[in-house]
Amino acid sequence: MSELSVNHLLGIKYLNKKDIELIFETADHFKEVINRSIKKVPTLRDTTIANIFFESSTRTKLSFELAEKRLSADVINFSASQSSVKKGETLIDTVNNILSMKVDMVVMRHPNPGAGIFLSKHVKASIINAGDGAHEHPTQALLDSYSIRERLGEVTGKNVVIVGDILHSRVALSNIFALKKQGAQVKVCGPKTLIPKYIESLGVSVETNLKKALEWCDVANMLRVQNERMDISYFPSTREYTQQFGVNKKLLDSLDKQIVIMHPGPINRGVEITSDVADSNQSIILEQVENGVAIRMAVIYLLASKIK
Amino acid sequence: MNQKVLLTSKEINIILHRLACQLIETHLDFSNTVLIGLQPRGIFLAERLTKILREDYKVKNIKLGFLDITFYRDDFRRGEKTLQANTTEIDFLVEDKNVVFIDDVLYTGRSIRAALTAIQSFGRPSNIELLTLIDRRFSRHLPIQPNYRGRQVDAINEEKVKVMWKENDGKDIVYLVNK
Repeated sequence: MSELSVNHLLGIKYLNKKDIELIFETADHFKEVINRSIKKVPTLRDTTIANIFFESSTRTKLSFELAEKRLSADVINFSASQSSVKKGETLIDTVNNILSMKVDMVVMRHPNPGAGIFLSKHVKASIINAGDGAHEHPTQALLDSYSIRERLGEVTGKNVVIVGDILHSRVALSNIFALKKQGAQVKVCGPKTLIPKYIESLGVSVETNLKKALEWCDVANMLRVQNERMDISYFPSTREYTQQFGVNKKLLDSLDKQIVIMHPGPINRGVEITSDVADSNQSIILEQVENGVAIRMAVIYLLASKIK
Repeated sequence: MNQKVLLTSKEINIILHRLACQLIETHLDFSNTVLIGLQPRGIFLAERLTKILREDYKVKNIKLGFLDITFYRDDFRRGEKTLQANTTEIDFLVEDKNVVFIDDVLYTGRSIRAALTAIQSFGRPSNIELLTLIDRRFSRHLPIQPNYRGRQVDAINEEKVKVMWKENDGKDIVYLVNK
């Protein structure tokens, strides 16, 4: 198979294992491209891409924009804070107005779950979901798995624990789908209040003791506590959270193996992860960022090639 | 589908030795020359020529790289399928070097056009030459000609030249296939 089974990247849920493998193989080639002295290829010079962000983002937006520019696409950026959305325009109207300027692809981040799926049914453009509420963040999960594959050789058969605020995390859900599809075992670990009630129906197990979870895993993906999405108090204090679910060097050194530490960013240093862990050689946090550009180039390339 | 043999294994071997000698004639000790096999099919010819130059003609220090041109092609989104890339492996600088592109069949010239663009990402070569095993005459879409050619053939568009290599396909042979 040499093309994706989907026309949009709305979530990992809609991809199959072969799609993920194809994205990784393509990303290998783009990783070589972005390490050349001239880091650009002319492939998408006839493609225009709109980055529409209804929610704040630094890393993802920069990474998508860089990926698009490295592929020679024309890029327009749109942030909801400076737009007519504030004047009452609907999502479909906003996007259709942008599309009437002959845009081929839309990369969208939106606070509402399912916004990408809704859009893909109403507009004629290829949609890439760059995060929709607490639902999915597919390119993050792809780059996370790609980074595991790069460090450990393969994802299949590996034990991965996702630690932290699972309830509000689109990264967690997309990662669970991606890891399970590739044959990894997944555990989630965090305060009971931050673990969704029916999470086990996704084929993952729950562990509330961080030390036990770390002893079991090959990879620990540390998530940030998403205070901005919390309307009530889910745990007594940040200090207590850190004591129970924060990873520090002492805890890592007490394990009988070297596990890989990941973090999708932004890091709250000293809360979910200490600085000496984030900057240690067990951490692949900066590799994740570099791989993010290659993965997004691969996704954009593969989807753009299906635009007729 | 019928096919006729254009080159036998023995003929291929003679041609490869001639091409190797022609390369030596121009590039002497290869101190300022790099060979670039074009993916996907040019790499077998490039590897074979490098082996002959090293083993039979005792040329040391040959630099060989592989260049993939997928992202530089001019037919993106024009075919049915997604174009799949291959590995690029160039672990040396091409700046101010004499570059020799190596490919098995020269047909429309579009791959070479893409390769000329692609190689610029690795520096500014002093000059670029082209070596092909088969040169399909009268079928060029672009003003591109080889500097070294194994065999020139007249083939009509409905025909296809199929180059097979021992390493990859079990035997050395070149067919002209009627589609």
